[in-house]
Amino acid sequence: MSHFAGIDVGASTTKAVVIDKDREILGHSVKDSGADFKVAAERTFEEAKKQAKRKAKDEYFIISTGYGRRNVTFADETKTEISCHARGSFYYFPESHTLIDIGGQDSKIIKVNASGNRTGFKMNRKCAAGTGAFLEEMANRLKIKLEKLNDLAEKSEKDVQIGSYCTVFSATEILTKIREGVEVKDLVKGIFHSIIKRALEMDPLEGNIVMSGGVVAHNPFLVSMFEEKLEKKIFVPPLPQLTGAFGAALFALEEKGG
Amino acid sequence: MSQEKISRIKKIQSTGHLRKIMADYFYELDRAAKEGSPKVAWCSSVGPAELLLSLGFVVHYPENHGAVLGSSRKANDYIPVANAIGYSPDICSYLTSDVGSFIKKETPLSRAYEGIEGVPRPDVLIYNTNQCRDVQDWFRWYSRELDVPAIGIHTYRNIGEIKDEYLQSIVKQTENLIPTLEKISGNKFDIDKFREALSLSRECTLMWKKVLEANAAIPAPMSFFDATIHMGPAVVLRGSPKAVEYYKVLLDELNEKIKNKDGAVENEKFRLYWEGMPIWGKLRDLAEFFIDLRTAVVASTYCNSWIFDSFDPKDPFLSMARAYTEIFIVRDENFKENYIENMVNKYKLDGILFHDAKTCPNNSNNRYGMPERLQKKLKIPSITINGDLNDLRCYSEEQAKTNIEAFIEQLESR
Repeated sequence: MSHFAGIDVGASTTKAVVIDKDREILGHSVKDSGADFKVAAERTFEEAKKQAKRKAKDEYFIISTGYGRRNVTFADETKTEISCHARGSFYYFPESHTLIDIGGQDSKIIKVNASGNRTGFKMNRKCAAGTGAFLEEMANRLKIKLEKLNDLAEKSEKDVQIGSYCTVFSATEILTKIREGVEVKDLVKGIFHSIIKRALEMDPLEGNIVMSGGVVAHNPFLVSMFEEKLEKKIFVPPLPQLTGAFGAALFALEEKGG
Repeated sequence: MSQEKISRIKKIQSTGHLRKIMADYFYELDRAAKEGSPKVAWCSSVGPAELLLSLGFVVHYPENHGAVLGSSRKANDYIPVANAIGYSPDICSYLTSDVGSFIKKETPLSRAYEGIEGVPRPDVLIYNTNQCRDVQDWFRWYSRELDVPAIGIHTYRNIGEIKDEYLQSIVKQTENLIPTLEKISGNKFDIDKFREALSLSRECTLMWKKVLEANAAIPAPMSFFDATIHMGPAVVLRGSPKAVEYYKVLLDELNEKIKNKDGAVENEKFRLYWEGMPIWGKLRDLAEFFIDLRTAVVASTYCNSWIFDSFDPKDPFLSMARAYTEIFIVRDENFKENYIENMVNKYKLDGILFHDAKTCPNNSNNRYGMPERLQKKLKIPSITINGDLNDLRCYSEEQAKTNIEAFIEQLESR
C-alpha cells in the first residue's frame, strides 16, 4: 500500500486528503455534505485522487471519520473525528496543546499531551451555540453571505454583546439590535464574540492553543479576536478545515504504511 | 425479506424467573386495587416501604412505573401531556411521563400483563424526599387529583457525616406517619411485623449487593444494562421472600458465568463505571454499542443505590432512618467522590462515564466539577454524555455515541 486517504464527512462539508508514505499531501478536496453522505464522500475522494494523479481505489488505504463516517462504505476503517483532529493537529504542532475545533455542527476542545496522545476532550452540548450552524443561522438572518462575515467583522471597531446561549434567542437579540440601529459589521463582530464565549465556557484553555475547523478556515479574524482575548498566539494548521481528514490519512498510513 | 436482527446481548437465564415474580407482583397490586383489599400505598423508591408492608399495604412504586414508561419507549408520548398542564419539560421526566400516562389513562403494563387496565389506584401516597423534591410534587399531583392523602419524610440533603439529630428527625417523621397509615389500612402497627419486613429487606439487599459484586470478576458476567433490569425486585419486592429467592438464583447463574469466564461482553477490553441515571429507552441499544466496543460497563451508582446495609431488625426505626439517609444521592461531594474512588478500585475500572440527565439534577453528578476532580485524583479519564432518563428529546444519539467511541479510542491509545 503506497497511498493513504482520510475522509471526514462532517455535518456541513465533507473533506478528503490523500497522502503518500512521506506524509506529503498529494490532493485534497472539500465539498458540501448535502443529504447523501456516501455520494459526498465519493465525490470528495474522487477530486482528491484526481489531484494526486492516482485514481485506482486499490492503491489506497482509507479511514473515514466525522458524523457520516459509517456512510463511507468504501473506507477500510473508521475512527472518530476527535481522534483524527488530535492526530492531524499534533502533526503540525508536536507539543502538548489544546485544540479548539469549530465545525459545522459541533465544537470540540481536545487535549493532546507531548507524546501526541489524547488526554481528554469535550464537545459542545446539543445545541448549535458556538458552531458553524450558529454562524449560518445568523448570516441568514442578516441576509449576508457566509464568506462576507470575516471582512465585515474586521471592519468593526465596536464591541457588541450577544448574550444569549441559544441560537434562536441570539437571533431575537440581533433583531432588537437592528431595530436599535446597530451596524451590520458590529453585529457580525458580536456574533464572533459569541462563538469565542461559548468556547471559553467549555474549558479554561491553558497552555498552547491550536485552532482548526471550517469556521476558523473561513474566518481568520475570529482567530485574531481569540488571540486578543487569550492574550497569546494561537497556532492554526496550514489547512485548518482538513485537520480531521489529514489526521485520518495519517492514521491510515500508520496502520498500513509502516 | 427482512432479516431479524440478532442481538449480541448474552442471555441471562434467570430472566424468566424475574418475569414471573414481576408479573405476580403487578397482578397482586391490580387485584388489590380492584377488590379494595389489601389497601394500596404508593411509595417513592427509597421511601419507608417496610413500614407500609408491615401495616398490610401492597406497595406500588411510581418511579418503577416511570422506568417502565422509559424502557417501553412510551414516555415521550406522555411527557408533553404533563407539560401542557404546566409541568415543565425541565422537571423530572419520570414525573411528567407518569402523570401524562395517567391523564391519558394508558400504561405499558396493560400491554405486558393481560387484564391490567391501569396503575393501581392508591389509598395513600408516601414519599421520602431523599430522592428529590420532585417526588413530593409528583405525589401531591395525585393527591389533588384523586383526593388521597400524600404524606412523607423530608430528608437532609448534601450531608457528609450522618449526625444523630438527622436520624432522630427522620425517626420522628416516620413514627408520625403511623396513625394515618393505621387508619387507612385498618391495621394496628405491629413492631414485630415491621422487624420482619426489615429483616427480609435486609436479606434482599445483601443478596443484591452480592449480585452486583459478582461483577468485580474479569470478565464481568453482567452489564450495567442487565443490572438495571434485574434490580427490579430490589426496588419493588424488597421486604418479600420472593426477592431474596430470586437473587439466590441469579447469583448462582452469575457465579457459573464467572467460573466459565463467560463475560457479558465478549473479549472484554475496558471496564467502565456508569454514574447517573440509565437512559431507559436506549438500554438495549447502548448495551450492544458497548459490546461492539468490547467495553463492559460493570458498576454504577444507580444500581448500588438499593443497597441498605444498615437495616437492623433489632432497632427498626433508627436503622431504617440510617439506611435511607446514608444513600449516595443525599450525601455531599466528598462522600460521593470517595464512594466512586472505592468503586473504581474494587471493580478495576479504566474510566468513568457521567450521564448528565437533563431532567434529573440530583442524579447528575457532573455538574459541580466532580469529573475534573476525580480525573485528577484517580488518574483515570472520564466522559460526560448528555441525555435523560426518560425524555429522549434530550438525547442526541449521534453525539453521545461519538463521545463514547472517542473515549474508548482515548483508552486504546494510552
